[in-house]
Amino acid sequence: MAPRKTASTSSRKAAAKPARNDSIGSNSLVFTREEELHAYREMLLIRRFEEKAGQLYGMGVIGGFCHLYIGQEAVVVGMQMAQKDGDQVITSYRDHGHMIALGMSARGVMSELTGRRGGLSKGKGGSMHMFSKEKGFYGGHGIVGGQVSLGTGLAFANKYRGNDQVSVTYFGDGAANQGQVYESFNMAALWKLPVVYIIENNRYAMGTSTARSTAQSNFAKRGEGFGIPGVQVDGMDVRAVKAAADEAIAHCRAGKGPYILEMLTYRYRGHSMSDPAKYRSKDEVQKMRSEHDPLEQVKARLLEQGWASEDDLKQIDKDVRDIVADSAEFAQADPEPDVSELYTDILL
Amino acid sequence: MPVDILMPALSPTMEEGTLSKWIKNEGDTVKSGDVIAEIETDKATMEVEAVDEGVIGKILIPAGSEGVKVNSIIAVLLQDGESADALSAPKAAEKQEAASPKVEEAEKPTAQGSASAPVPAAPKAEVAADPDIPAGTEMVSMTVREALRDAMAEEMRRDGDVFIMGEEVAEYQGAYKITQGLLQEFGDKRVIDTPITEHGFAGIGVGAAMSGLKPIVEFMTFNFAMQAIDHIVNSAAKTLYMSGGQMGAPIVFRGPSGAAARVGAQHSQCYAAWYSQIPGLKVVMPYTAADAKGLLKAAIRDPNPVVFLENEILYGHSFEVPKLDDLVLPIGKARIHRRGKDATLVSFGIGMTYAIKAVAELEKEGIDVELIDLRTIRPMDLPTIIESVKKTGRLVTVEEGFPQSSVGDFIANRVHREAFDYLDAPVVTIAGKDVPMPYAANLEKLALPNVGEVVEAVKAVCYK
Repeated sequence: MAPRKTASTSSRKAAAKPARNDSIGSNSLVFTREEELHAYREMLLIRRFEEKAGQLYGMGVIGGFCHLYIGQEAVVVGMQMAQKDGDQVITSYRDHGHMIALGMSARGVMSELTGRRGGLSKGKGGSMHMFSKEKGFYGGHGIVGGQVSLGTGLAFANKYRGNDQVSVTYFGDGAANQGQVYESFNMAALWKLPVVYIIENNRYAMGTSTARSTAQSNFAKRGEGFGIPGVQVDGMDVRAVKAAADEAIAHCRAGKGPYILEMLTYRYRGHSMSDPAKYRSKDEVQKMRSEHDPLEQVKARLLEQGWASEDDLKQIDKDVRDIVADSAEFAQADPEPDVSELYTDILL
Repeated sequence: MPVDILMPALSPTMEEGTLSKWIKNEGDTVKSGDVIAEIETDKATMEVEAVDEGVIGKILIPAGSEGVKVNSIIAVLLQDGESADALSAPKAAEKQEAASPKVEEAEKPTAQGSASAPVPAAPKAEVAADPDIPAGTEMVSMTVREALRDAMAEEMRRDGDVFIMGEEVAEYQGAYKITQGLLQEFGDKRVIDTPITEHGFAGIGVGAAMSGLKPIVEFMTFNFAMQAIDHIVNSAAKTLYMSGGQMGAPIVFRGPSGAAARVGAQHSQCYAAWYSQIPGLKVVMPYTAADAKGLLKAAIRDPNPVVFLENEILYGHSFEVPKLDDLVLPIGKARIHRRGKDATLVSFGIGMTYAIKAVAELEKEGIDVELIDLRTIRPMDLPTIIESVKKTGRLVTVEEGFPQSSVGDFIANRVHREAFDYLDAPVVTIAGKDVPMPYAANLEKLALPNVGEVVEAVKAVCYK
């Protein structure tokens, strides 16, 4: 199943609005020049950052687990373009891209990966566990599916406080089989909580394909039993993501309850750095890279529209590489946490 | 033969109740299934249905009678052709006694039936004053149940960010009536009935806490919290550390833990030792109503996640509670329940009921025991225990939980390490037996600690 160019509506509620299809189709998805350039730069920053993280992992500078986001960049960037200040974001352990998209510092993320004191969690969280109160990022969670209940709780707090903020709760196709996801769907629908559930379907739960792990592989339909509208979105096209996000977030902000977006996406790398990804063919990966790459799509449009020259794009690439190189240098020069940190931040 | 209508037991821990109302009167004909009376237990108002057919011959317990013991005769049902005159007067008079008003005691244990009595009646032990309560404070008698409810209500009045969620906490007024009246006072925005979905609502509670609200999550029992333990441990306890101090979870997880009475293996486990292992959690397990109130208020105000372990049997126990506008007691501080010089006895929660009775028996034998109520399991007040052991040289611990890696084992280890030279005997730890909780009354009694064991253990460490 290749990501579709046009998202299909899949819940009865959503299907009742035929305009829905069109709004996700390419016709109404015209980005302005600024939007295209912004999306390109953000996605490129995530990709270059992740490439560098992979390199540092190979050098032994980053330890433990390291789950890269390469291939999925359009999802967080498109979502982020639809959010506003005050909305909360929470995700799993594959979290570097989410933090970069939220504007958390590349230095802070990279030095957390290297376990240094300048890391966002002072080196005590690691790749899977970073947070930012300032940016509304609530982690960074290592127990598959755990963030779904927590993200629903963030939405609960929004409703309790009577604000119009929305919880943007990400999880994967693997987590979508956890029981607490449905416990959360039930309460979110029952209490009309403002939460957008984003199922990043990259087709593999670690090494198990959705075909081998799920009886209902249309994840957008997973909320049907609770009356939660859901749509499948081409998660490789940042414009489709943004359009779907606009609609889902508006639904939540209007107090209509939760919304599910299934992002059809793909990760180019293995589940983690130690995964050779032998469960899929090289051709499959190559086909996605050459035909659906989220960055190449934007790049082609920018050139085609005459909105950027090759030189302009090279300059963006250079700027991004500078940020990443700086973060890598910082993250290697930064000292490890002081040993006194072992016993801090356990209780307030 | 006339048929006796008996006061029914309507919950596993019910020993007595109030006969609030007769629906049928003397002379009325009843069929099986007819509602004949209403009975109020400490948990709920229940209708009593007739089992047999006949005519109500005599009502022995008038409406409004309190403290009617389970299995006492409340009325007599006449069968076909029988006359009320046939009922013997002495029998009726004898039964009236059951309706005598209940006596308030400083510490009123639930009087158990003879066969299933895991907790024998507590004599009044000499109770040391709590230094955290000003001397001369007026005291009022209150059940643990009322103390917990008052603690929550007071904190909810004080802080709009405090709310309670859980199964049956609102409309039903609490499965154990701990949240009685809260829905009426605070409304359904702050007193929230959840579906039966522990994993999910625990996670929602933690998520709300991460964003700064102060949830109280009630588990109908901590046995059900096994489904939610991932969020208690992985999400609530570890976030502050994983975020380098940026965000934590100011949340209270509360509910009954440990055995009630005859509820079987899956409803009887004590979780004190389990949660006590987790850095990032505070674990509180009060015994008295005063501690329940003062420590729950402290737990709600605490910026850290607190696991607050209650006990179903203790809910109905009455204690003297200081009449203070704002009774907040320190988490992490043990209370010396009774001062003594010959041996140190450490317990917590319902374990205290065995300890208190043992202390009284030992006193008769001339052994003067210092009894420490831990109150908080984590962070543990080891200095108070060690100071006591330095004085007495002997230590016994009592708890209802499983024996391996018990709270007592941890205490024994630390005392051996930090006060070895002061010990005159090896530490003895008393816990529940190493078996799943059996249902049969005799086996259940055997599976729990008993006063005799505690007495023997203290005598053993005193070489007496």
